[in-house]
Amino acid sequence: MSHRTVVVGASIGGVRTAQALRRGGYAGEVVLVDADSELPYDRPPLSKAMLSKPMLNGAEATPALLTHAQAAASDIRLELGVAAHSLDVAAGTVDLADGRRLAFDDVVLATGSAARPSPWGRPEGLHVLRSLADARALRADLRRGGRVVVVGAGFIGAEVASAATALGLSVSVVDPLPVPMGRVVGDEVGRVFERLHQRHGASTYFGSGVEDVRRVPGGLTVTLTDGTRLDADTVVVGIGATPNQGWLESSGLLLDDGVVCDEFCRAVGQPRVHVVGDLARWHHRRHAEWVRVEHWTNAVEQASCVAHNIDHPEALRACVPVEYVWSDQYDWKVQLAGRPWRGARWTMLGDPDVDQRFAVLWADEAGVLCGAMSVNWPKATVASRRALGAAGATATLEEVREGLTAARAGATGR
Amino acid sequence: MPTVKADHEACQGYANCVIAADDVFDIDDDGVVVLLRDEVAEEDRGRVADAANSCPVSALRLDDA
Repeated sequence: MSHRTVVVGASIGGVRTAQALRRGGYAGEVVLVDADSELPYDRPPLSKAMLSKPMLNGAEATPALLTHAQAAASDIRLELGVAAHSLDVAAGTVDLADGRRLAFDDVVLATGSAARPSPWGRPEGLHVLRSLADARALRADLRRGGRVVVVGAGFIGAEVASAATALGLSVSVVDPLPVPMGRVVGDEVGRVFERLHQRHGASTYFGSGVEDVRRVPGGLTVTLTDGTRLDADTVVVGIGATPNQGWLESSGLLLDDGVVCDEFCRAVGQPRVHVVGDLARWHHRRHAEWVRVEHWTNAVEQASCVAHNIDHPEALRACVPVEYVWSDQYDWKVQLAGRPWRGARWTMLGDPDVDQRFAVLWADEAGVLCGAMSVNWPKATVASRRALGAAGATATLEEVREGLTAARAGATGR
Repeated sequence: MPTVKADHEACQGYANCVIAADDVFDIDDDGVVVLLRDEVAEEDRGRVADAANSCPVSALRLDDA
């Protein structure tokens, strides 16, 4: 009997695992299952180009990650439009929602995460943004114009605000935190994002929670905890994501805001159960702690690692990526690497109110670089990611800053 | 010998390729990919293919020449 790997979840982590298995020469069967009936698609464009750019000849701004032809050419069996219902690790089976049972030798759990639901229900005109269907529905409402209230000033909220502003809508951004992105970059650095919204014409309401969102004649009314009322045609709730682990509750796997894994991204104590992407809470060797990361690049790196480990259980590879995420906000390309929130101090290169490009570096208590953010300056991020990922990762903030300062001086006219 | 192709218009400067294979890829001051060489030795195929596949906007291809 041929070896069989069942991959549950056909977003970036699942698709890349299936493809990496084939590229590495895996000779067994590969079955890729997803609840969504759409061909596998990429999510980053859903909050960016998908909203702000017109469709080209009916084509979406997010191309398929895997077409039927590509799946056939790689001998990947696609089972789309059917959710996984439960996992029996001892029996080596996945039960599907349509009653079928898939046997596996190895299984990859890649069901990702879901948008945290709106605490104010789903009145007409209120959106969350996670799936292609969500993005289509939001795009349709944004195209009607009018007033948009975005709840949540994280990456998704900021990108939606940016896209809606570009479409000429009147935009308000609300967040209960006093400073946007404060939990990630700290309040002082976070203020540059507040000014970014304001500079591009968005109204900001930070430090106030949302009391209620209600359907009224002619639209929606968002009531803030300080009593402010905002009228809206469209409301977008971007308040984070939670891992899709409900289907694993009967599996006996250790769940703790994700599936708890060893350093090889295998569920603890279960060498045939592999986890990639948002669902994995794995032991990160360099950080010496369990982490869960919701970034595209993390899923891609884990996919490559997990595919190797399935095909080479005798030579397991630990997964030790450097955190990296990007975000397009107005005219800023924001890139974030490492763990700024662990910083004891930070320094800024350039002035965000004057310069087209700037960067922020964070150091831990020992002075070692632990995080970096760059705006319109990818080279600064590359230098930081190298330093963060280098063996031992002991580059100090000052060493990285000196390198960047020299590069900045060398780049003509900037 | 496998050949690397880059779509400079599509490139957004995410630079995952540079992190994965800095002997083949770099970026310039404007954040656009620079190919340090376009031919890749057979034994580097897997590593460079991984680097090309790490591009979030699929701006890189590894072709069989």
